Formats: sequence, structure tokens, C-alpha cells
Amino acid sequence: MDHFVSVSMTVNDERIERRVEARTHLVDFLRAELGLLSARVGCEHGVCGACTVRVDGEIVRGCLTLAVQLAGARVETIEHLSETGEIADLQRAFYERNAVQCGYCTVGMLMTAAELVRTRPHADRAAIREYLSGNYCRCTGYQAIVDAVASVLEQRKQASL
Amino acid sequence: MSPRDAGALGPARLDAPNSYIGRSVPRPNARRLAAGQARYVDDIQLPRLVHVVFVRSPHAHARIQAIDTAAATAAPGVVRVATGDMLAPYCSPWVGVLTHLRGLRSAPQVCLPIDRVLWQGQPVVAVVAHTLAQAQDAADRVEVSYEALPPLVDPEAALDPLAAVLHPDLGSNLAFERRIAVGDVDAAIANAAAVVERTFYFSRHTGVTLEPRAILADYHAADQSLVVYLSSQAPHMMQDLLAKHLDLAETQVRVLCHDVGGSFGVKIHVYPDEMAAAALSVMLRRPVKFVADRIESFVSDIHAREHRVRARMALSEEGHVTAIDVDGLTGVGPYSAYPRTSGVETNQVVNLIGAPYRVENYRARTRVVFQNKTMMSQYRAVGHPIACAVTEGLIDAAARELGIDVAEIRRRNLIADNSYPCASATGMRFERLSHEAALDKILTMMDYPALRADQADCRRKGIWRGIGLATFVEITNPSPAFYGAGGAHIAAQDGCTVRLDASGSVVAQISVTEQGQGTETMVAQVVATTFGVPIERVRVMTGDTDNTPYGGGTWASRATGIGGEAAVLAARALRDNVLVVAAAMLQAKSEDLDIRQGLIVDRAGASERLELAQLARTVYFRTDLLPQDLRPELVATRHFVPREFAFAFTNGVQASHLEVDPDTGFIKLLHHWVVEDCGTIINPMLVDEQIRGGVVQGLGGALYEECLYDAAGQMMNANMADYLVPMAGEMPDIDIGHVETPTRESTLGAKGVGEAGVAGAPAAVMNAINDALIPFGVELTTMPFTPQRILRALGRVAD
Amino acid sequence: MAALNLRLSAPEVLIDITGLSELAGIRVVGDRLRIGALARHREVEISDLVNRHTPLIAQAMPHVAHPAIRNRGTFGGSIAFADPCAELPACVIALGADIEIAGAAGRRRLGAQEFFTGVYETALQPGEVVTAVEVPMRAPGFHSAFAELARRHGDYAIIGLAAHGCCHSGRWRELRLAFFGAGPKPLRAVRAEARLVGGNLVAGAVAEAKSDLAEDLDPFDDVHATAATKLYLAGVLLERVVGTLVR
Repeated sequence: MDHFVSVSMTVNDERIERRVEARTHLVDFLRAELGLLSARVGCEHGVCGACTVRVDGEIVRGCLTLAVQLAGARVETIEHLSETGEIADLQRAFYERNAVQCGYCTVGMLMTAAELVRTRPHADRAAIREYLSGNYCRCTGYQAIVDAVASVLEQRKQASL
Repeated sequence: MSPRDAGALGPARLDAPNSYIGRSVPRPNARRLAAGQARYVDDIQLPRLVHVVFVRSPHAHARIQAIDTAAATAAPGVVRVATGDMLAPYCSPWVGVLTHLRGLRSAPQVCLPIDRVLWQGQPVVAVVAHTLAQAQDAADRVEVSYEALPPLVDPEAALDPLAAVLHPDLGSNLAFERRIAVGDVDAAIANAAAVVERTFYFSRHTGVTLEPRAILADYHAADQSLVVYLSSQAPHMMQDLLAKHLDLAETQVRVLCHDVGGSFGVKIHVYPDEMAAAALSVMLRRPVKFVADRIESFVSDIHAREHRVRARMALSEEGHVTAIDVDGLTGVGPYSAYPRTSGVETNQVVNLIGAPYRVENYRARTRVVFQNKTMMSQYRAVGHPIACAVTEGLIDAAARELGIDVAEIRRRNLIADNSYPCASATGMRFERLSHEAALDKILTMMDYPALRADQADCRRKGIWRGIGLATFVEITNPSPAFYGAGGAHIAAQDGCTVRLDASGSVVAQISVTEQGQGTETMVAQVVATTFGVPIERVRVMTGDTDNTPYGGGTWASRATGIGGEAAVLAARALRDNVLVVAAAMLQAKSEDLDIRQGLIVDRAGASERLELAQLARTVYFRTDLLPQDLRPELVATRHFVPREFAFAFTNGVQASHLEVDPDTGFIKLLHHWVVEDCGTIINPMLVDEQIRGGVVQGLGGALYEECLYDAAGQMMNANMADYLVPMAGEMPDIDIGHVETPTRESTLGAKGVGEAGVAGAPAAVMNAINDALIPFGVELTTMPFTPQRILRALGRVAD
Repeated sequence: MAALNLRLSAPEVLIDITGLSELAGIRVVGDRLRIGALARHREVEISDLVNRHTPLIAQAMPHVAHPAIRNRGTFGGSIAFADPCAELPACVIALGADIEIAGAAGRRRLGAQEFFTGVYETALQPGEVVTAVEVPMRAPGFHSAFAELARRHGDYAIIGLAAHGCCHSGRWRELRLAFFGAGPKPLRAVRAEARLVGGNLVAGAVAEAKSDLAEDLDPFDDVHATAATKLYLAGVLLERVVGTLVR
């Protein structure tokens, strides 16, 4: 039950080597081992999306991924995305449009929205809603979040013209 | 000083050019949250911290025969395994009653039971270990043997005289009964041109806050002080209760509420597991952390809204409501919750039915019954969605029967906008509402005639769309009559301290709290405006019993109306203080001076005389330069409590436009509208977002959310795959408009709005569904309106 | 993983097979499309080969959970998990796919229909893993249609139908109707199929086929819907999906 396994990966551009219990999921690993508190637990059964982080460039459910499975992987949390400025326009849009209330879903929403704007640059409101359907928010009722994402898609479209 | 007196308050400048009142200022704390830098209870680390996990009852009702903790105690990393008898000396029992809910009974409740378990999910044994995983592993090794007892799972059955009584000392399972009788309902019904009668069922549901309940209790034996980091809305209330039940002095207890990941009323009650965690900290003399996981949240967070309401409405031929007759029944948990009881929801239901309309004859009886299910108490919009759905469901049914358009029948019955002040049949005193203006506005916003034309057009093509309206009255800004008068240590007043620092910045410490709705931003807007500085110079501190005045916290939509007003009064007082100093420094009269944009200026010509920072530095470091008889005070504290009206009632109306697929029973929400009157709006964006969030929460109750129990009292869908909460894909866009009728009780004139969205949404959806199904001759009155319920009503599927 | 987190299962040993590169990839092998067990859902979702040769699977993919889950979840994982309400098991049955299995005793292949045996149960023996799914590529004249009813986008379906067939000159030549959420495993509605195949494309035939579902399917009550409701909804889906295929 407490069998420890060595694993090394890159987290936010830093090389990490740790021994962890095999059963430790990625969110617990990020929070407890690395102090990356932006990774959150909301349900631990993959439904609420609060745990969404990025692995090898794609969003995943941190609660459904074991840390030991990520040998050699590149993990990114919002701390990194904030620092590189990659999602600055999304964060600004969330701020301006009040797409953040209690903040608990926000990190997962932003990670998911970042992948949306990257992979579906022409998404309309319905497509945005569908894409974000795996992220639960109890505070906003979603409209402000959809507005914020839509505004970023529009801005990026304009910028690329 | 009388509040709403524009002359007396001098330029509070609520509508001055630099005023932030009515501006959609983005929330400064949103930046931090969007960068992942929130700080919830689980993020806090303390030395020697241990984790507690609870072994919970698998039975809804059982006698505890034996608890074997030996294997758990020997498990790796375990610090203590505690049972009820071990915790009893540390935490005294509580009883959830209030004297003004006359007749409400309950039994004493302890944090961990000794003899009996009374709901599936009740915490029984506490396992404390160095890591969460170790505590969970050890919890699996605790062995509890139970003798299962028959559970009470049906409120009607629980009232049967032959039913087993849950608390023998109480004699029956009836916790509370309330009767109202105004006018002559029977005569009105006998003489009515039309009487509609319906039975409405509302499902039990729960908050599902994304951040689960969490507490970190840190007891220091050396000075016998307890610091509690709590995900909660009411730090002072919890300070008082923790001190009381843990036998500590109030001054020894500090409660801190930093970031709270959603609450909606869930985190405003006393929970046995949280009390146990605090008691364990005292026992173990080290920090103890408890964070509920999602599964246990479903069976331990408060539930709400399980109601059956039979109601009749009598009307004249022209569709004027002459009487309403109501019989309500609600099943709560095995105890009344503490300290706010499990009786307030149904009390508000019967108080609010019919509230928007002129109704002279009203009779209501409602009963609250103990059940072996999860505890029940206040959850956002307490009772309002039920009262609104009953009222609005009846009036739509009456409209159909009498052949009157649903908007028109409301026009004929709404209390006229020029009737105020007046009182409802149930004795609620309305200062001033705006039902007619709101209805007119929403009908315009939604283009009601166009929607009706579209509906007719669609029907010809076999597309079934419906339009539903729902008017409502909301209770906000409660006075001491709400809780304090009943014996609860729940403050109806709040206080704000505003201080000018040496650098010229302003700190506001306030007793109302933030859970994401924007309390801190509202306070900054109010203080900046009233005092006269740019908003960037104002820092707001909340959620700390050591560092704010004593107050009630945020609930019942009171933070702006009450907390905001305290902030205005404090900022004004500080301004007056500063101008006295400025006058001395400038050899002028304080009434000739003003503070604008952080500068002391001549009120008349606005020429700049002095920087605030310079004044502050003088006061703090160069008092020798000031006249000897001057006593500068660069800090002011003021409190506010509503006195004239027991509540600041608000009004609103909602509309739902949806499409029903009669083949599948599925509903598509096309659009939603809200017109809300919450008085003066401090921040339109924050207000509208509160409404939207509330609407979606209400839509959840109308279409998706239901705590399902089997005959053994087991909750069958206690996970996020089976308990359905609204997600983005199915929710509509929501358009919002406002009427603004300020209250004269305060300078700001602000009423509350946080719960308005929830209050009207379920009724609007119900009415829209039934409107859509008129051609099929069926009607639904049981929420949530699942596809199965719709198919059964349509006769497509047998029951 | 959810089961691990919720302590519903506590295996002694977990083996991570992510590194087995031979189980990855999507490629054409003869007249079949070979989808490696470790092909991620996301890969399948955007695969041009899948879209062209096995469009039924492409139609189903957007309904499989949500993007974050599709990025990690694997095709073989969904097949081996055998949730009765999942989309992909029904799709591979509708397409007449074969499941390739490897174990200590060697490799074997099993028709998709034989592979699924019950709720979370398959024909996999202890020590065996799914290595690939080989799906017949769409032949000319064949079309597929997919529909599911779920309360919210991405949820497990209350009921769903994956259909694949060929109709020509007003008649069905071949039709495979695989329902999910309609029993302990995905079920071919064989009587309904037989009723429709060989018969004319008349509305009456569909109505009769709907009544065949009562024998073809075996739904059970759950918290979302009773068996009766699911059976009724299966009929609605049958009508709609067949209608789509005909068009």
C-alpha cells in the first residue's frame, strides 16, 4: 500500500525528481510535493474539472492521472501559464467580464479555455459552451465565462488578420 | 443622524463625477484568483498539522453496538482515533431552536454520537493522522457494529400516529408547525368564480460548493487560544459558537475566512464534523485540518427544499385573486440545524406565497418533520423558489382556466406601484416595490408579443415552445427580528472601520464577508466614493474576527445594504475627521473644504490645497505642528442596522423561453430574462452576475437536482455523475434589466440581490413547460422536471 | 482511476502500459482500420482515417466525456472498461469489429459482440489486455448514424444508438443497430434489424421494429430513468436514427 516509485518529470520548466506512492494522483502530487496550490481537488472522480492541468501540451484531469505515469512528461500549471503570458488575454478578459467569482473553478476553466482558443479558433458561443461543459461552476452561471472566451477568440482573430 | 437625508449627509457624493456608485468596476481580487493564487483553507500549511478523516454511518438509523478502533489506532501515521465519549468533554451539545419560531423543537446534538446514528453520513469516529492518505487508510480499519433500526424517510408517514418517534422525549416527529389565518378564506372560496388547486413537489437538493467544507483549527495550549481558518460566511457567529461549545473565552478564539470557494448558505451552519475537528485541536494541542471530500459532502452538507405544498387559489371572474389556501409539509433531518434552525425555510414559504399580489384572505398551515436523512437548513434563497413556484404556478393555472393571458392576469393582481407603503396579508411591511414597472420592462425586453407569435407558428410545425413568467418578492437586509430576537447570537448589524494611513492610502475593515460575489469591491467603491480617493488606494479587509468590527457576515443578501451602509457612515466620519485637521492646517473652515481624488480641495473652487498623504504624515509624525487642542483621529468606526423595516423587501420578475421535445421529454432552454429592483446598484456588473449565477442555480433545481433516497434512507446519487448540476452546455444566456427603487432606510438606498436569481427561476421554467404543453392537456408540478416526468405526464411511459 | 480515488477498488499492483508503443497508432491494414488500444480518444477524434473509413466512430467521439478526458483516455481503455452506457463499445459492435487480445497464452481475436459480456465485464481473462480493435472500413453504399440521449453534454447516455447499414432501391440490404444504455452490455437489436432488412422503407416497419425492442433490449432501472422509460426512448432513437440513415 505504500510502495514508493521514483519518477522524474518537468513541472513548469523545472526538472523534478521525487519518490511518490504509486497511488498518488497528479493534483495531490503537485499540491503536497511541489507546493503548487493552484491545482485543485473538487470531486476526485473526473467530473467537475477543477483539477484540470496541462500534460505534454494538452489538458488532462489531474485527479485521474497518477503522478508515476508521468515519467518524462512536461507538466504545466497556471503558475507557468501566467508567467509566460500565454493566457494573459484570457485572464484579462475573465477579470474585465467578471468571469471569476469564488475562483475555485477558475484555474480549470482557464486551462480548458486556453486549449479551446488554441484548437478551435472559430468556435461560436454554442461551441464554447459545449467545450466548457466539463468544467463545473456554481457561481457565475457560465455566461460571463462564455463572453470572456468569445471576446478573446474575436481579439485573436482580429490580431491574426 | 437620520440616514436618508441628502442634505444632512452633505456631499456623500454618491452621484458626483468621481463617484464609483453605479460603476462596473472589475474586482481587484479577481486578478489574483485568475492567476491561481487563491488561498482556500486547504492551501494553508502549519507546523505539526494533522488531518482528520471521519468514519461515517452507513445506516440511516441504527444503534451503535460497539466501536473497535484498535486496528486503526495501530495503523501507520495515526495520532488519535476519537469516538463520541472521548470528545464529549471537549465539546458541549447544541440544540437548533429559536424562540420566535414558536413551538420549534429539537433534540440535543453532539459532534460524534455515542448511542445512535440518525442519518447515513453522520460522522461517528474521527481518525487523525499525519497525512490525509494515512488517515483514510486507517479509517478503513475502524470497525463499527450497528443494529439497524427502521428509518423515517417519508414526511407523511413520519406524522402517522403509529410511526416510530425519533426523539421519544419530543413525543412525535413534528418539529414545527405554523398556522396563518387572515380574512375568511372559506367564504372567498365559496364565492369564487374559479378555484384552482394544485399539489407541488419540490425535490431535496444541496449546494455542491466547488470548494468542499473545510476547517483548519489551531489550538495553542500555552495561551489557550484557538485560531480557526474556516470556509464560512459568518466568522463572528462561529467565533461565538466555538467559544461557547469548546468552553473558551470569546477573546481566545479567532476565526479567519480567507478565500471561500462558494458557499450559498451551505457554509453558514454548525457541522458536527467541523466542531469535532476544532475539539480535536484542543485535545491534541496542534493544528487539525478537515476537508470534506465530494462524496461525503453530498451526505453531510445541508440539504434544502424538500417540500410538498398543496395549495388553492380563488379568483373572481375577472381574474382577481381573492384567497389563497396552503398546506405545506417538509422533511428535514433528524435534528433542527444550528443555530439557524430547520424551520426558517418553510416559515418563509408561507410568508411569501402570494406576496406580489393583493390578497385579502390567506390561510396557511405548514409542518416540519424529522427524517433520517441528511440535515437540512438555509440554502440560497431560502424558501423563495418554493413560495414563488406555488404562487406563480397557481396564477398561471388560473389564467388558463379563465382564458386570460398570463401577463394580463398578473397586471390585474400585482400590488400597484403607487400603493406603498403597505403590508402583505402575512404582515410583511413593504416600503416600496415596483412590480408593475418590472413587469412592463420584462415584457418589452423579451418582446412578449413576438414570442407568442413565434409559439403559434412553431405549434403549426409541431415544435412546442413555452413562455413562463414568475414575479416574486425577496427578503433582504434582515433586521434583528430575523434571528437575534429568537435568541441566536447572529448579528443583524455590521460595522466598518476606515483608517487613513501615513502614505495616504485607506484601509477599510468590515464585518461582512466575501465568497466571490464582490463584497470587497463593493466596499472599496463605497469607501472610495464617500471618502474621496481613487479606488486603487483603498484596501479592504474582511473575514477576520481579530481585525474587523463585530458583525453578522454575508447571508440573506445583506452585505451591500447593511455592510455597505456601515462603510458609507464610517468613510463619511473619517472624512469629517480629516477635514477638521485640514482646516487647522490650512487655516480654513472644514465646511469649505472637501476631499477629492486623494487631495484636500476647496469645496467651492476645487483648487488643491493639500495632499492627503501630507496631512496623514503630519498627524502621525509631526503632531507638534498641529494646534495643541486638536485631537486628530484618522480612523472612524460606524455600525449600521436596519431599524424601520424588518426586511428590505425587493421585487423582481423572470421569464423563461424554452422548447419541449414531447418524444424524448428533453427540454431546451432557449433564453431567460430577469428584471430586478434591488434599489441603488453599486456595481451593475457584479449585481448582474449574482443574478445570473442565481438563475442557473434555480434552473438546476427546476430541471436537474434531486437528492434521491431509497426506502432504507440511503442517498442513491451521492456523486457528481448522478447528482446533476447545471453545466455550461445546457444553460441559456440571461438578459437582465433593472428598476431602481432605493430604500430610504440608508444613505446608499441599496437593498439586497444575491438570491434573486434563484427565487424566480424554477417558477418561470415550470410555467414555460406547462405553457408549452397546453396543446397536450398536461401539466407538471413536481420538480425537477426530468424527461421521465414529462414523458409520464404525456402518457408516453407508464409510471 | 475514479474508482481508485473513491476507494471502490484497491488493487495490489497497477501496471502502466503507456510505454508499449506497439499498442498505439491508427493505421489501415488491408480492408480494416486498426485502432491501437493505446490510441487516445483525442487522436481518434481528429483522425482523418477514422473520419473517412469508420465515420460512425467519428460521429460518436464528441459525445465521449470532455476534451480533458479525451486527451488521456484511450480507445482500448473504453473498450476494456465496458461501461454499458459508453459509446464506443456500441460503435464497434455496429461496425462488426474484432477485438485483438494478447496474454501469456498468446494472441487471439474476438468479435466485438462476443467480447462484451456484462456490466464492466468482458471476455478478457486475467493476464490479458486488449491490444487493438480492427474495424471493417466503410464499404460503398454504407452509411452510419449515431444518436444518444444524455441529460448534459458529455454525460454517460441514458440511452444511445450506433447504427450502420446500407439501403438501396427502397430496401435495407444490411442494418446493424447497436444500443447502449439498454442493458448490461451493448445490445444488437436483432429482431428490429430483421424486421427492417428485406422489408420496404415504410413507416409501419419502423413502428413494428420499435415494438421488437422490448425483446431485443434489456434495460434496467437506475437513478436517471426506469427500464420502461429507457425502452420507450430506445424506440424514439430507432425512429430518428433510421430516418437519418435513410436520408
